Amino acid sequence: MKEYLPFEISERPNPSGWVIITVSLLALLSAFIAASFVFWAYGTNPISAYTALFDGAFGGVYELLETIRRAIPLLLAGVGLVIAFKAQFWNIGAEGQLLLGTIAATWVALFSPVPEPLMVPAMFFFGFLAGSLWALVPAVLKSKLGINDVITTLMMNYIAINLVLFLVQGPWKGEKQWGFPYSDNFPDGAQLGTIGSSNVHWLTLVIGLVAALLIYILINRTTPGYEIRVLGSNPSAGRFAGMSYVKTSIMVMFISGGMAGMAGVGEIAGVHHMLRNPSELSLGYGYTAIIVAWLARKNPLAVILTAFFFGAIFSGGDALKVSLGLPFQITDVFNGLILFFLIGSEILMNYKIEWRRS
Amino acid sequence: MNQKTTPIIRFDSIVKRFPDVVANDEVSFSVEEGTVHSLLGENGAGKTTLMKVLYGLYQKNSGTIYLKGEKTDIVSPMKAIELGIGMVHQHFKLVSNHTVIENIALGLTDVSMTRPTRQIERKLIELAGKYGLDVEPRAKIWQLSAGEKQRAEILRALYRGAEILILDEPTSVLTPGETERLFNVLEEMVTGGKTVIFITHKLDEVMKISDQVTVLREGRVIDTLATASTNKRELSKKMVGREVLFDLERDPCNRGEDVLEVEGLTTYNDKGVIAVNDLSFTVCEGEILGVAGVAGNGQRELSEVLTGLRGATSGKVVINGKDLTNATPRRIADERVAHVPEDRIKQGIVGELTLNDNAILKSYRKRPFSRGIFLDYKKVREWTENLIEEFNVKAPGTDTPANLLSGGNIQKLILGREVSSNPRLIIASHPTYGLDVGSAEQIRNLLLKQREDGVAVLLISENLTEITSLSDRIAVLFEGNLMGMVERDQATREEIGMMMAGTPLEQL
Repeated sequence: MKEYLPFEISERPNPSGWVIITVSLLALLSAFIAASFVFWAYGTNPISAYTALFDGAFGGVYELLETIRRAIPLLLAGVGLVIAFKAQFWNIGAEGQLLLGTIAATWVALFSPVPEPLMVPAMFFFGFLAGSLWALVPAVLKSKLGINDVITTLMMNYIAINLVLFLVQGPWKGEKQWGFPYSDNFPDGAQLGTIGSSNVHWLTLVIGLVAALLIYILINRTTPGYEIRVLGSNPSAGRFAGMSYVKTSIMVMFISGGMAGMAGVGEIAGVHHMLRNPSELSLGYGYTAIIVAWLARKNPLAVILTAFFFGAIFSGGDALKVSLGLPFQITDVFNGLILFFLIGSEILMNYKIEWRRS
Repeated sequence: MNQKTTPIIRFDSIVKRFPDVVANDEVSFSVEEGTVHSLLGENGAGKTTLMKVLYGLYQKNSGTIYLKGEKTDIVSPMKAIELGIGMVHQHFKLVSNHTVIENIALGLTDVSMTRPTRQIERKLIELAGKYGLDVEPRAKIWQLSAGEKQRAEILRALYRGAEILILDEPTSVLTPGETERLFNVLEEMVTGGKTVIFITHKLDEVMKISDQVTVLREGRVIDTLATASTNKRELSKKMVGREVLFDLERDPCNRGEDVLEVEGLTTYNDKGVIAVNDLSFTVCEGEILGVAGVAGNGQRELSEVLTGLRGATSGKVVINGKDLTNATPRRIADERVAHVPEDRIKQGIVGELTLNDNAILKSYRKRPFSRGIFLDYKKVREWTENLIEEFNVKAPGTDTPANLLSGGNIQKLILGREVSSNPRLIIASHPTYGLDVGSAEQIRNLLLKQREDGVAVLLISENLTEITSLSDRIAVLFEGNLMGMVERDQATREEIGMMMAGTPLEQL
């Protein structure tokens, strides 16, 4: 806006789809460039690092299936976060909600009277419910008492982590695990089918894809979704039109927490088949799902793509560790850089820069 | 004043363009040192834009500003402050959780490291005494009245050494008494050699306070004249570009049964102070009841209680014969009560959503827009298209986000939406505030049309001309109390003005 600059900055009140996509891609590119400095600092040629990353994610059938497997929990939790973010409810607690799903699944598989043939539907049902109830605590605290949602949802994660640790080291510690802090193995009826010998538990994948579609319809084509959009964009106009902020907050967090809970069920029933250390169960999927939802720009259908993308970073990151000997935190560095550039790029969507004609 | 001195400010062919509009088009005029210079014009005439250019908030596209004869580039507000220019914005820029002193300290660089408040307070008290600007320096901003906040803003500008003070619509938030006080301060400042630029659209104020007046219309300077050699009639003609018709065509009032009955209504504002005190009145079919008063005298709280957004502590609200005291907004809206809110951007629309979504804000749960939980956007679109056409909303299409529309078009959309719900009662808060003449006239005619169709209308407005030309009866609020209620043809503007300033009708 200043005359001594060679360009002019002006507001762009409603960025078009192309602007959003272009800016997002530029943010990703910037994150990759920034990450190459990290590779370089480790003495690795960034180009060979990216080649390894790409091969690790897409290089063959096994790699591709591995990418999809990582994308599954991100898809479920990410779709759930989209609906919360749409209502301006900042749910940072998908990680904890996901862990509650694993606890519920373990209870169904090992301690409930549910007969084996019904275990899979029961696990998803109770997993959803457990994640939902966990998420309702911050929903009620925020909508009734005005307590900051970021802080409560985040803190609930640590409670969930410690709850799982308590269970696997205490009451639920398995008898046949040679003293390891694991629960007993799930019975066969509580293990999800996978594609071939891979770890892709296809049922969870299908649930995620269907949920993305349903939530898209819910947000854009129904009256509760309309209330979410209005209250998320201008709460006082919503109140003015007679909408209930409390009711909507509780609804979005119910769905959001439930989706994360089902992601947890998928991980434990499809991959691990036992309750174990939370960091092994989740790999931070609940946190990465925040970036997944953000990159999707709060569009549930776009989450299918962004979850796949971050699935690729997880599996590519695995390959980096193995083939180049880089530390395993490299995936976290990647995720952090991407989120950093995405949030930084927001402003470029809402403002445009034009070069001055001389 | 006749001697030829160099003017303190000279605008030479200033042009400021925005994407869709030329806000200032070759603006040229001069301001003399030690005078009050009014900038008169309707909303959207380009007054504020020009002053933001002078204060360095906007950069002009072309033209030159001369300060004391010297060509000056004002690239930022910091530069403006350095040059001795201060601005008091229409919407105060104060941090409400901080004290007056802390607000003045913001951005200061030459304060001592130890006990800076002491130093500022001393100078503040000295300045306040000199110009009659008394404000409690240690009070938090949120505790202050509008007048006190304004004084704090003026003090901040003076503290930073302002020689030229720009005031943007300073009286719009003041009571008549506070306005009087502000004018005394301005006179004091001019006597002390300072220059004041006073943005307004109120003719009385121009005549009362200023030495010179520049009239702007559609971004152009129409004329600059000495106030002593002009009159209100001439100025209003220059400002509007035509003779102003203060009377709208209207049929005589056909009063039907009572639609809204309010009895002994009392409520508190957000700070826990009584905002509406023991108010009783009725509005009946086919009548417009105007509520006059300076902003902040309980109007907002009144409209909020009537629409269910605020609780009443005592009293009764009866609509269509049903007791709806403290009912929910939805319950009240279902009783066919339409509401044109005070803050149309914050309450009336959802800016990021499309016109389709905004058109059904009140009716999205009803047929034909929804069946069960599903919305039928085909029906919604048809409805929105009709609304846009019928109420003359200028928009590229119904998928346009609402925040791309101008204020007048947003208001037409809101009014259209509310009116189309076939209401029995319309509560309209400041329906034409900030609109251009054309849109305002359309909105007023719409309200009159509703009245003729037998709708009860409660019109809350600060604009006395609007109140007197539209209302059948006029109620005046002062500090939440009803000062009096007069029939349209029995009211004089003077009487209403006295009541607005706090004199009850019986004492007139």
